[in-house]
Amino acid sequence: MITLKLNGREVRAQEGQTILEVAREHGVRIPTLCYLEGLSPRGSCRLCLVEVRNWGGKLVPACATQVEEGMDVVTHNERINRIRRLVLEMLFVERNHICAFCVSSGHCELQDLAVELGMDHVTLPYRYPGLAMDLSHEDYGIDHNRCVLCGRCVRACSEVEGAFTWGFQGRGIQIQVAPDLGGPWGDSETCTSCGKCVQACPTGALFEKGVGTAAQTKRPEVILEVTERRPRV
Amino acid sequence: MSRIEVLLCAGTACLSSGAREVKAALLEALAEEGLTGEVRIVETGCMGPCELGPIMLVYPEGIYYIRVKPADVREIVREHFLKGRPVRRLLWAGELPESKEIPFFSRQLKVVLANCGRIDPEDIEEYIAVGGYEALSRVLTEMSPEDVIEEIKRSGLRGRGGAGFPTGLKWELVRMAEGSPKYIICNADEGDPGAFMDRAILEGDPHAVLEGMAIAAYAVGAQHGYIYVRAEYPLAVQRLETAISQARRYGLLGEGILETDFSFDVEIRVGAGAFVCGEETALIASIEGRRGEPRPRPPYPARSGPFGKPTLINNVETFANVRHIVVRGADWFSSIGTEKSKGTKVFALAGQVKNTGLVEVPMGITLRELVYDIGGGAPNGKKIKAVQIGGPSGGCLPESLFHLPVDYEALTEHGAIMGSGGIIVLDESACMVNVAKFFLEFTSEESCGKCTPCRVGTKIMLGILERIARGEGTEEDLVRLEELGHMIRDASLCGLGQTAPNPVLSSLRYFRDEFLAHIRDKRCPAGVCPDLIHYVVVPELCRACDRCRQACPTGAAQGTPGNPPYRIELSACINCGACFDACPFGAIERRPGRKER
Ligand SMILES: Cc1cc2nc3c(=O)[nH]c(=O)nc-3n(C[C@H](O)[C@H](O)[C@H](O)COP(=O)(O)O)c2cc1C
Ligand code: SF4
Ligand code: SF4
Ligand code: FES
Repeated sequence: MITLKLNGREVRAQEGQTILEVAREHGVRIPTLCYLEGLSPRGSCRLCLVEVRNWGGKLVPACATQVEEGMDVVTHNERINRIRRLVLEMLFVERNHICAFCVSSGHCELQDLAVELGMDHVTLPYRYPGLAMDLSHEDYGIDHNRCVLCGRCVRACSEVEGAFTWGFQGRGIQIQVAPDLGGPWGDSETCTSCGKCVQACPTGALFEKGVGTAAQTKRPEVILEVTERRPRV
Repeated sequence: MSRIEVLLCAGTACLSSGAREVKAALLEALAEEGLTGEVRIVETGCMGPCELGPIMLVYPEGIYYIRVKPADVREIVREHFLKGRPVRRLLWAGELPESKEIPFFSRQLKVVLANCGRIDPEDIEEYIAVGGYEALSRVLTEMSPEDVIEEIKRSGLRGRGGAGFPTGLKWELVRMAEGSPKYIICNADEGDPGAFMDRAILEGDPHAVLEGMAIAAYAVGAQHGYIYVRAEYPLAVQRLETAISQARRYGLLGEGILETDFSFDVEIRVGAGAFVCGEETALIASIEGRRGEPRPRPPYPARSGPFGKPTLINNVETFANVRHIVVRGADWFSSIGTEKSKGTKVFALAGQVKNTGLVEVPMGITLRELVYDIGGGAPNGKKIKAVQIGGPSGGCLPESLFHLPVDYEALTEHGAIMGSGGIIVLDESACMVNVAKFFLEFTSEESCGKCTPCRVGTKIMLGILERIARGEGTEEDLVRLEELGHMIRDASLCGLGQTAPNPVLSSLRYFRDEFLAHIRDKRCPAGVCPDLIHYVVVPELCRACDRCRQACPTGAAQGTPGNPPYRIELSACINCGACFDACPFGAIERRPGRKER
């Protein structure tokens, strides 16, 4: 057992647990986006950053950082809130998230985060890169303009389905998810059309074709349901 | 025995300026004069002042020839080698002759670079003759791993790859980490543009790095090492390969080193060259065959490196220091430098100074000594106004801070970093808005794109800087730049994003008036930003030669040949500067401030 401080309160945790897991057990909500239960943590969106006071105030991703003995963790304060808001704004302006036109409106984790963090307007300039859509797959489509680069599709595809279809391509602001290192999704030789990427996607980037906005609900929980039924290796 | 020894620099820069041709000419001239047996030619690693190559150092006198061309060689052989009269016109700064008398050398302290330019890096015997592998042998026969770690800790050596983490402490963490096997990685990715300290060490003294790695392996309990070198360094790779196979033949790598039961071997990995692949976790991902992308730390490599195994990762220069600490002792090492920064540091000195190239200085030397004594000051009588220190994510320090010592803490406290050792000297012709923009362009292009603050934030900052450079910025933009800069520094996943705002934040801190001139007065004081300058003809200097009119693509430069002065019609001028470049009389002036539209 490990003892640490969570927002000033002493709590006990198992060795190997992440800060996020411990916080959830104690009813402390930390916003997340790239994290999805059942997948390995990526620590990339930076929404779950928390401050470790006795590490010189270093900010670490709660989803990807294991608890250590004596750690003094703060999950919410002025500095953290400001940073989370800016991260979220950055995600909003990076591509195109005009919710009114999105198939996932009402079921989008990004939209929910905006509400949770009280982000009612954006102060950064929009980029609107105007990226292409790939509708070549029989059942599914991807609109890169809605992608937040969380990599949940990539991990669902490799870690759960074992198909390794999705991967990242390019770097910096040019980075994109791509099937089989580029090329239309419909031509993919590895894709099994299982749809796990679509379920895992937090926004309207990956969607099921021919399904209207109202019905475009996703079930990211399936990832955990599938992995829990499996013997762990 | 040869009477004369010629050290010919065969570093990458000298090779490209013609060292091979010089060598061929030398062999020919020596044969002609019947001196072949009397003169020994040694091809060495980089000697430092790369701009002056090809470089030839002649012993026993220690005479330093620069910019030697094949056509000069016969004169050197006849005059110097036969008659004992050095060829003055090829000497450094015309001075005679010992390199000790040249300030560029006398202010330096060569420890890590001591062998570079002195021995043949392709011959292990030469390395051994100057004391090579003595440290390894002493460690294996007289010291326990704990002794070695204690000695490195006591020396105060800190990582030379950028962050300056105490090396002995890192070794101890790896030694104590649970798991096996353990790995050693030498980080030779060296992605900073313009940096070549690690390349020079690998090309000039590869065995020193291997010896340091072997000692580290013994100390932490590892048997396998990787050297991760960038693909752009073929000569370094080749010399390392030669060194590794020679070391194996001599029983200095492989099974049962020096007839003890210690075994260690090294494998070279050639990296694809993205800047971010020098970051330790990205480098490890790349060694494992995955996309070269950083991951959050902790866990640090000391606990979880390639394949989840405890791993020691150090920079080339860090490893190259190790043998000297073992042989000369921790006390000697820690006597050099400041309270918390010990030993020497190699820098690549560049920009507006007379002497550029590779230099090794004791820690604690001031920036002023670096710029004026070693660098020789400004080459063109212009005033030096800043140094940009620490590579693309370093900071810009103004002339008023040139009393600062080269010291990890002092540099960080003032908004710069030691980094891996890049220094660019800037004079008054540099625009700090442009400098900040230049470095941020680099880091935002090199961002791997994984985490939000670095991927998106650096681009937003760049957009603001571009606006300011066009004269469209506002004073709120400066506040925004600072806010974003601090956020990206705190919230990014890896060191790239965490340091990317440094050039902008430090320029804002010390050169805010230049930003304000762009914003309030629509003027670029240094006359660099194309939207905030204009060109005029100085009537007294114009000779009506018509060159400007011919060069101008828009017809803005106007006049009649033979009838001065010409003039520039600003409404048609696009600020391309073609007239400025074309005028043979310097009659066209570039002035700060937007032209009247
Ligand atoms: C973007 C980035 C690039 C880096 N590139 C290098 C490099 O080229 N060489 C290097 O030794 N360290 C580099 N580092 C630092 C390494 O991550 C690591 O700290 C270093 O290799 C540790 O060795 P040291 O303790 O001997 O300095 C880089 C770090 C970052 C964030
Ligand atoms: S497509 Fe969806 S799941 Fe995949 S990276 Fe983009 S937002 Fe994440
Ligand atoms: S800070 Fe930049 S380079 Fe580092 S992980 Fe984030 S996006 Fe990649
Ligand atoms: S949820 Fe932890 S970094 Fe994205």
